[in-house]
Amino acid sequence: MIINHPLLGPRDAAEFYVMGDADLINRPDPDAEGAAEAFYEYAYLRDNPAGEHRELWYHEQGDRSWLVVTRSTLTHEIMNVEMARDVALAKGRGQ
Amino acid sequence: MTQSNRIAGGLVDRSKQLSFTFNNKSMTGYEGDTLASALLANGQRLVGRSFKYHRPRGIFSAGSEEPNAMVHLRRGAAQEPNTRATVAELFNGLEATSQNHRGSLEFDLMSVTDLASPFLSAGFYYKTFMWPKKFWEKLYEPAIRASAGLGRLSMQEDPDSYDKGFLHCDMLIIGAGPAGLMAALTAGRAGARVILADEDHLMGGRLNAETLSVDDQEGSAWAAAAAAELDAMPNVRLMTRTSVYGAYDHGVYGALERMTDHVPTSGGKPRQVLWRIYTKRAILTAGATERSIAFPMNDRPGVMLAGSVRTYVNRYGVAPGKKVAVFTNNDDGWRTATDLHAAGVSIAAVIDSREITPLAAIPGALILMGASVASTSGYLGLKSIATSSGVKIETDCLAVSGGWSPNVHLTCHQRGRPTWRDDIGAFVPGGDLPIGMHVAGAGNGSLALASSLKEGANVSASVASDLGFAATAAFPSAEDQSTDITPFWHVEGKGRAWIDLQNDVTVKDVKQSQAEGFRSVEHLKRYTTLGMATDQGKTSNVLGLAIMAEATGKSIPETGTTIFRPPYSPVPIGALAGRARGKDFRPFRLTPSHKWAETHGADFVEAGAWLRAQWFRKGSEKGWRDSVDREVEATRGSVGICDVTTLGKIDIQGRDAAAFLNKVYANGFAKLAVGKVRYGLMMREDGIVMDDGTTARLRENHFIMTTTTANAGPVFRHMEFARQCLWPGMDVHLISTTDGWAQFAVAGPNARNLLSKIVDMDISNEAFPFMACAETTVCGGTPARLFRISFSGELAFEIAVPARYGDAMMTKLMEAGEEFDATPYGTEALGVMRIEKGHAAGNELTGQTTANNLGLGKMVSKKKDSIGNKLSERPEMNREDDLRLVGFKPVDTSKPLAAGAHFVDNGKEAVTKNDLGWMTSVAYSPELGHSIGLGFLKKGDQRKGDKLRAVDLLRGGEVKVEVVSPHMIDPEGERLRA
Repeated sequence: MIINHPLLGPRDAAEFYVMGDADLINRPDPDAEGAAEAFYEYAYLRDNPAGEHRELWYHEQGDRSWLVVTRSTLTHEIMNVEMARDVALAKGRGQ
Repeated sequence: MTQSNRIAGGLVDRSKQLSFTFNNKSMTGYEGDTLASALLANGQRLVGRSFKYHRPRGIFSAGSEEPNAMVHLRRGAAQEPNTRATVAELFNGLEATSQNHRGSLEFDLMSVTDLASPFLSAGFYYKTFMWPKKFWEKLYEPAIRASAGLGRLSMQEDPDSYDKGFLHCDMLIIGAGPAGLMAALTAGRAGARVILADEDHLMGGRLNAETLSVDDQEGSAWAAAAAAELDAMPNVRLMTRTSVYGAYDHGVYGALERMTDHVPTSGGKPRQVLWRIYTKRAILTAGATERSIAFPMNDRPGVMLAGSVRTYVNRYGVAPGKKVAVFTNNDDGWRTATDLHAAGVSIAAVIDSREITPLAAIPGALILMGASVASTSGYLGLKSIATSSGVKIETDCLAVSGGWSPNVHLTCHQRGRPTWRDDIGAFVPGGDLPIGMHVAGAGNGSLALASSLKEGANVSASVASDLGFAATAAFPSAEDQSTDITPFWHVEGKGRAWIDLQNDVTVKDVKQSQAEGFRSVEHLKRYTTLGMATDQGKTSNVLGLAIMAEATGKSIPETGTTIFRPPYSPVPIGALAGRARGKDFRPFRLTPSHKWAETHGADFVEAGAWLRAQWFRKGSEKGWRDSVDREVEATRGSVGICDVTTLGKIDIQGRDAAAFLNKVYANGFAKLAVGKVRYGLMMREDGIVMDDGTTARLRENHFIMTTTTANAGPVFRHMEFARQCLWPGMDVHLISTTDGWAQFAVAGPNARNLLSKIVDMDISNEAFPFMACAETTVCGGTPARLFRISFSGELAFEIAVPARYGDAMMTKLMEAGEEFDATPYGTEALGVMRIEKGHAAGNELTGQTTANNLGLGKMVSKKKDSIGNKLSERPEMNREDDLRLVGFKPVDTSKPLAAGAHFVDNGKEAVTKNDLGWMTSVAYSPELGHSIGLGFLKKGDQRKGDKLRAVDLLRGGEVKVEVVSPHMIDPEGERLRA
């Protein structure tokens, strides 16, 4: 597969490490009510759709960017590639 | 042997005669021959024995689709089994031997299996050798394996080398037949970067095998001119002897280029290159493959595909028989008769299954319309055939054409399905092609020449225009030969009718498998093995489906095809491995003191991606234990030096560096003072321990973290994830500096005395206490970092210098340490000392252990949020009766301990329900004078002084052990604070 890195352009998937569901960005607030349950779901429960899937890919043999790759698990078509940091910031993650 | 079947014409170079041997028989051929064409030229029809029944077999085709003619090529270590004679180019001195027979090829002792064939139908082995069960492994399987099968491996190391390469292009054109050449010319003339690949050594495809003309030239001459024009274009790369074997995601293609298979030896060059080709677009112009007709006893040497018979005559100047008969269901089959007649080969008969007007009159040939072949004779080679109506015809070569199947394989590698076209009686590529792939020519069902040329040019022009090149399609003049077909699959009659020659699958097997309930084609394939092995059913799949469809009463499109998967044709394992074999299997790194260690008796061990010294043999030391014991004693007695560069080092800087460390470590780091080091415990989010190490605060916003050697990469990745995805607002930056700094542990009572001779600062206990760190210089100005940390439990320092000074530093340390008898130590002594001190390492940090298991539960801060804290609070991870890391010593101190042994209470049976834990690490402690161990034990923290059984069921053996503190030497830590 070829991943169109937002900074570096098209790169071979062999340069990346893949960690699956991009939902891992949404780490729960440890101080919120029900945090224990939320962390349990965060750590163990993932969607595994046949079709469009947002995934975390790490450019380990490159610039060490974590990317959010929107990919069809059926056709391997890649619809979108974003910097994970931008996605996280847009979700309001910060300190 | 003379070339009795060599006739005039063809593209071989008769001025260059080549000698070769087949089963030690000397023969000759010409440059341009394949082994198959040369064997046929020499009248050698019998070339092998079949897979299951050991039936005599001959050459069936003239290309990579060959199911029968597989031979051992070359001798000794370079011997390669299962080489298709039809694609092996002849060279001077080539040695080939036939496969799969016991005794000679002509009198194969295993051919008795053929007599048993009524019993050996589909599923025979599954049904017969079921019991007694224990007979399978010892008796049945070895016997079956010895009788069935293909060629034999040399059982020696492959003497050749293989390479891998990467190519990029605008357009990859797969197959250099008429459509491929036109596609390449069109795109190449327009300026696109083109790669044209073909498995043959000669560009042109069927143009080299037919008597069709293009632009009023012979087809082969036009192809040669086209290839020459392409070769002169700087934007075109021609790749002959290259099989594009797989279509992968996003326009990536796999290709195998055979560099030296056509010459006697590789001469040190890579034998084959595995290419990964990145394309913007690809045009598949892979042509079509002829298929057979299933009629009784259709497997004899001399029964061949009609198009291939024509290839041997037209391209190689070889007549596969003296008196050839043709059996066809289509117009193309007639071309074999007319071409051969024109070349002076006698035609015995043309038998056409269709009730139509004969297409040609061939002098001397019997023309039978609406007829079929119902039997054959000739055990080691065809002698005669008989038609359904009982006409017997003497012939030594029967050319069969069941129609042509487009090579749709690559169009299906992304799970695409081909569609059936009734008008040509064949599957053509379906609509769902791999992204960026287009198809043209015979491979797209355009079987006739002019259509194929035109389609190649048109598709290419359209693709090139899409890519922004100004391309125009121009066509050479050519005619469309007639290719009409009325599908006809199979002749009923007495005797076996083969579908798949390579796997000995007959019509009966397919019908039986259907009768036994294997309705899906995928099941049919696996039950009968139809379409498996090296040819992947190129000549048999469609025929098998048609007969399956007939048996089920369904249509062929309803029956469907099995899934096509890469590779299209066999790829040697050696090519897939490339250079990654032996010591080059994966790269390894050398420590800065590697050369020094090599010259000082070191034995090396792989540690993560590194080679590390595991001990240094000295003088008359006989075994490794002698060296390791001495190194431990010397370190604990005076001073030892160990290269610890391999530990991961991560440089952490930024205003939020401390806050960030507080997030990734389970214990607190925010309040660590500048100039201090702290032990850190890193957890995964699920509360399991991930790694440990020390982190030094060099300045307010500058930390140096160390990780374990094995986890350097994963920890860095984890921290980048935390930095970019979890806390993207923090001002913190990470750099891996593992390779940047050479680092040495200097440990033992004389460590300070030694280092103070080198380090340009006061390192007294007052000025530089335990867990201090500093940026300093050594030897009067070389930059260095000094840490007062201890893995050995001794008074110890770790000194780091830029990696380029590492070798010099090792020498300097040894020089300065001479007066203290400083001793280099390796990973084994390091391990002994950490076990003596109860420090966890890889054996304990297994990815299944919690902080509580390690006895480090109190380190997990409850006051702050950090990765893993929340889930480590779960009740199951805080059980009072959980496993705890403790130390062990044998009750009888003369006994050695064994890692992996399980603990059981005295008087209890060694069974799972009584299992109390296991021994993780053991060592001999020279200081204590006996074996010691670390291990996880249920309620271990409450069982000090208890005596248990340590049972090693795997290797046998049992030792009584006493539970002790994991801190077996200097438990109060007085030495390291000295």
